[in-house]
Amino acid sequence: MGIKILTEHINVPGIETLEVYRKHGGYRSVEKALKTMTPDEVVEEVKTSGLRGRGGAGFPTGMKWSFLAKPEGIPRYLVCNADESEPGTFKDRVFMQKNPHALIEGMITSSYALGANTSYIYIRGELMFVLRILEKAIAEAYAAGLLGKNILGSGYDLDLHVAPGGGAYICGEETALLESLEGKRGNPRNKPPFPAVKGLFASPTVVNNVESIASVPWIVNNGGAEYAKIGIGRSTGTKLISASGNINNPGVYEIELGVPVEEFIYSDEYCGGIWKGKQLKAVVPGGSSVPILPANLILKTAAGEDRLMSYESLSDGGFISGSMLGSGAFIVFDEDQCIVRNTWNYARFYHHESCGQCSPCREGTGWMEKVLHRIEYGHGHQQDIDLLVSVAKQIEGNTICPLGDAAAWPVASAIRHFREEFEWHIRHPKEATLPGAVYRGQLAEITA
Amino acid sequence: MAETINEVKFSDAGMAEIQRYISHYPEGRQKSAILPIMHVAQAEFGCWLSPQVMDKIAEILNIQPIEVYEVATFYTMFNLKPVGKHVLEVCRTGPCCLRGADQMIDMIKEKLNIEEGETTADGMFTLKPVECLASCGTGPMLQVRETYYENLDSEEKLDQFLETLRNTEVETPYHQK
Repeated sequence: MGIKILTEHINVPGIETLEVYRKHGGYRSVEKALKTMTPDEVVEEVKTSGLRGRGGAGFPTGMKWSFLAKPEGIPRYLVCNADESEPGTFKDRVFMQKNPHALIEGMITSSYALGANTSYIYIRGELMFVLRILEKAIAEAYAAGLLGKNILGSGYDLDLHVAPGGGAYICGEETALLESLEGKRGNPRNKPPFPAVKGLFASPTVVNNVESIASVPWIVNNGGAEYAKIGIGRSTGTKLISASGNINNPGVYEIELGVPVEEFIYSDEYCGGIWKGKQLKAVVPGGSSVPILPANLILKTAAGEDRLMSYESLSDGGFISGSMLGSGAFIVFDEDQCIVRNTWNYARFYHHESCGQCSPCREGTGWMEKVLHRIEYGHGHQQDIDLLVSVAKQIEGNTICPLGDAAAWPVASAIRHFREEFEWHIRHPKEATLPGAVYRGQLAEITA
Repeated sequence: MAETINEVKFSDAGMAEIQRYISHYPEGRQKSAILPIMHVAQAEFGCWLSPQVMDKIAEILNIQPIEVYEVATFYTMFNLKPVGKHVLEVCRTGPCCLRGADQMIDMIKEKLNIEEGETTADGMFTLKPVECLASCGTGPMLQVRETYYENLDSEEKLDQFLETLRNTEVETPYHQK
C-alpha cells in the first residue's frame, strides 16, 4: 500500500461533514497558508512539488500559476474544472461526492495563492447531486468562517460558488468552460490570449482540475519537497486512476506514480485481473482520447522495460508504441471485445460532442463515424481503412481546441495496432455483424 | 403547457434558487446564471423548456430570447420538446458498453416498446441515450433526474428498477432544503 494523499480518509463515515473532516486534520492548510505564508510562498511550494495538472494535459501546476497576470485593480479568478466528461474518467466525481471538503480546502488555499477573491467550481450538469453535496459543504465552511470575509481573521476574503454545466464534453476544455461559465455556448476561444491573461469576465484566470486543486493542501502542509519525493522522475506525487472495462475490480484507485502497469492490472490491490478468467486484449490508459495499446505494448515499453503508470513511461515510444497517462482513466478490454465496434463507439461520441466551430472537427468526426459504422455493420470497403487514417490526419492539429486531436487519436491508433481486425470485418461482413462477433486470427483463417 | 409568457410562473422556492444563482456573479454578468436557471426551469416545468419558459428566462435575466434559445440548443441536457414523467438517460459510451450497455438499451426498447428519443404511450418513460456520465466503473447505468442507477447488468435488475420508477413521484430537490 502506497501513501494516500487524497483518499486517506475518503471512506471515514461522515467525512463529508465539516466536523468529521476537521477531526481528521481538515483545513490545516488554510490555517497555515493564510496565517504563516505569503501567496508567493504557496506558489513556490507548488512549483517545488512538481505537481502536474491532473485533468489530462499534465502541465506543471505551479508554472501555470506563475503565468497569472496581476494587473492592479482587476479581479483574478480561480476556476475548478469539475466538468469530468472524458469517457473512462470518473475519479473527480467519486472524490467530490465522498470528500467535498477536501476540494473546498484546496480551493481556499489555491485561491489565496493566486490572489482570487471569487472562485468557481464548474461542475458538469449531469452531476447535480454532487453539486448539492458541494453546496452543503460550502455552506458549512461559510458558517465556520472558512469562506467569506476575513477568513480565520487573516484579512483574506473569498467567495466560492458552484456552477453547473448543461451537458457538453467540450466544456472540459478550459476556454469553452469559461464561455459556458459566462452563460454562453461552450465554443472554445482562440489562444492567445490565454486565460492567465484574459479569462473569466476578461480577467486573469487559472483553470485547474479537481484533483490538482485537492492535492495542494497536502503540499502546503508537508512541503513541496516532500511531495516531490513521491512518485518517479518528473511524475511526482500520487494519481487517482479510474479503472473500468473488463476487470474484476473496477473503481477509483490512488497510486504512487510509477507503479508497474502489470501490477496495476493484475494485483488484487487494484484491478484484480481480467474478469471471467479471460485474456487481456488492449488498454486505453488515459481516457478515450488517448491512443489504445494492445496487451504487449501496454505491459512493456518500446525499450522492452516494464511499462509504468507515469507520464513518461506511458508515452514512451511516442504514438507509435506508446500512449498517455491523460486523465488517468484506465479502460481495459478483454479478448472478446471488438476493436472496430469500440472505435465506432468513440467516433460517435466525438461526433456527438464536437461543438461544430471548426470544419475539420465538425465534418471529420461525422465522416469517421459513418465510415466506421459501415465497416462495423458489414458494408465496408477495403479503401475505407486508409480513408479513416487520412481523415484523422486532416483533423489532428487543425482545430482551435484539442477535441480534434482527441477524436483523431483513438481512430488512428486502433488502425495502427489492430488493422487486421478492420480488414477482417470488411472481408467477412456477415460474421462481423453477428451479435458479439469479434475478430480472432484463427477465425479469419477458417473463414477466409 | 403555458400558452403565454405571463402564464409561466416559477414557484417561490424556484425563484429564490434563481436569485441565489444570479447573486453568484458580478454586477452586469447576470447572464452567467443562465444554465443553472435552465436546470431550475426543467425541474419545475416537466423536464423540458418550452419557448414560453425560455422567454421567461430571458425576461428574468434581462437579455434577448435568442440568447436563451442559442444556449438551450447547444447543451444536451435541455429538452426542447415534451418528455415523459421519467427520462431514462442511458449511458451508451465505450466503458459502459464493455459491460453491457448496448444490451441494456435493447432490453429497455423491447420492454417499453419505444425507440431512442421516444416516449411511452402512457407518458411514463422517455428513452434518451446519452454520452458518458462519469460512472464507467459501475456500468451499465442510467440517470433519472438527479439520481444514478448503476450496475444494471441483468434483466431482473432492470425489471425491478422500472417497476420502482413507475411508483415513484418526481421530486424537485431544491424544494426540500
